[in-house]
Amino acid sequence: MNVLEIEGLSFRYGNPRERSQNEVLRQVNLLVKEEECVGLIGANGVGKSTLLKLLTGLLEVQSGRIKIAGLEMKKEYLEKIRAQIGYVFQDSDSQLFMSTVYEDVAFAPRNYGKSEEEVERLTMRALGQVCMEGRKDRQIYRLSGGEKKLASIATVLAMEAKLMLLDEPTVALDPKNRKNLIRVINGLPGAKIIASHDLDFVYDTCQRVVLLYKGEIAADGDAEKILTDRKLLETHGLELPLSFSRKFS
Amino acid sequence: MNRISEAVTDLHKLDMEAGKRGWLQGIHPLPKLLVTVLFILLTVSLGRYDLPGLLKMGSYLVVVFVLGDISVRLLMKRMKLVLAVVCLMGIANPFFDRQMVFMLGNLEITGGMISAVTLMLKGVFGVSASYLLMVTTRMEDLCYALQKLHVPGTFVTVLMLVYRYVIVLLKEMERMTDAYALRAPGQKGIHYKVWGTFAGQLLLRSMDRAQTVYDSMRLRGYCGEFYLRCKKKAGKEDYLYGIVWSAVLLAVRIL
Repeated sequence: MNVLEIEGLSFRYGNPRERSQNEVLRQVNLLVKEEECVGLIGANGVGKSTLLKLLTGLLEVQSGRIKIAGLEMKKEYLEKIRAQIGYVFQDSDSQLFMSTVYEDVAFAPRNYGKSEEEVERLTMRALGQVCMEGRKDRQIYRLSGGEKKLASIATVLAMEAKLMLLDEPTVALDPKNRKNLIRVINGLPGAKIIASHDLDFVYDTCQRVVLLYKGEIAADGDAEKILTDRKLLETHGLELPLSFSRKFS
Repeated sequence: MNRISEAVTDLHKLDMEAGKRGWLQGIHPLPKLLVTVLFILLTVSLGRYDLPGLLKMGSYLVVVFVLGDISVRLLMKRMKLVLAVVCLMGIANPFFDRQMVFMLGNLEITGGMISAVTLMLKGVFGVSASYLLMVTTRMEDLCYALQKLHVPGTFVTVLMLVYRYVIVLLKEMERMTDAYALRAPGQKGIHYKVWGTFAGQLLLRSMDRAQTVYDSMRLRGYCGEFYLRCKKKAGKEDYLYGIVWSAVLLAVRIL
């Protein structure tokens, strides 16, 4: 079953009727199945973040259709849709705003009206999935960059979302934390869309890759096939992942 | 470390101290809040010449400072500006009320002097009691207690958001002043010619940041109200704390 269906999605910032405004996304079609992990790649400014924001309803759909977990992206379903989506921001400091890790992870379940026992169960399970149980009472500002990223993921896991969106998850992570993040993401349930410039990371976590170029899908398919296609990547403003470029040179 | 970094660190330290596992920190926020409010109300209600009564009320602060192992020096350091303003409140009293009350050696003690001291002490006691509450209670717990007292939800939400926004604002300010200082070596502070641009940039950047934080909240089901919980359920010792202190404070005030 598809957890995400996008059909003919176009978007431009500013007045959508004004032709002078650049179209950021053009006729995007995409289907994502349950438990599928999709890497969203592309050079800067091709519309990756815009697409993720449209999926969360932070930006309004101008033309085309988005369906998440069977619900069409419309104002009346927005609350229900958001309960199905977990969005991990690029900057963890923007994601985490309560004083302690526990309070932050428990924020969503409490907002969705869960009982305190249920909140505790969900929070501890989410923290367990990212191996952060021992840090639950820690103040957010005392966490390292890697721990903040894991805590951000836990805040989303506690929602039991069907679709997880991660925006540049490896930014500012050292190699050890990056490796740990790969392990955690690979162990997570549900469908995931990872927007990243770190193509090695995408290769390590995603089975499928969608390449965006000038607001359109330039390629969609098997991760290994796309990420090893030097010509395809270079034509669309990218380069081979480091691990492959060493192998092929 | 510049003054903005110090302010951010101080706020974080305050959060950390409030989250410590001390005896006083362990008391449920509701009785702590009620006792603090009662203390401030009773202190303010004392007559303007009632210096002995005021000093007796001060025993609450002494006991709580000692029991909670809270540093008075830190209070002075953190609240110096507020305390200075508070101390200035009654400064004009000696000029208006010159009626002699008693003689202290050769010094004529007037009603104005006493009322100035009591006014000053009332302010200092109020600030100290609020500080004690802040340093032993996390903001979330404090807001939870306010919710329990049926304080309007909007007020509680605004309090929570303002507290978070202050940190966001200070962090943006810290980044900007650091970037400025690195490119203006040897310059003390920020040149007045760039104050306007600086303030504008700060506002825009902090608004942008606050918008992202708000988006993050909305995406996790936030609909305008914080659903706060206190991890600790009120037990015997919490009730006892509230009852004993209320009785003591009322007794001191009445007797």
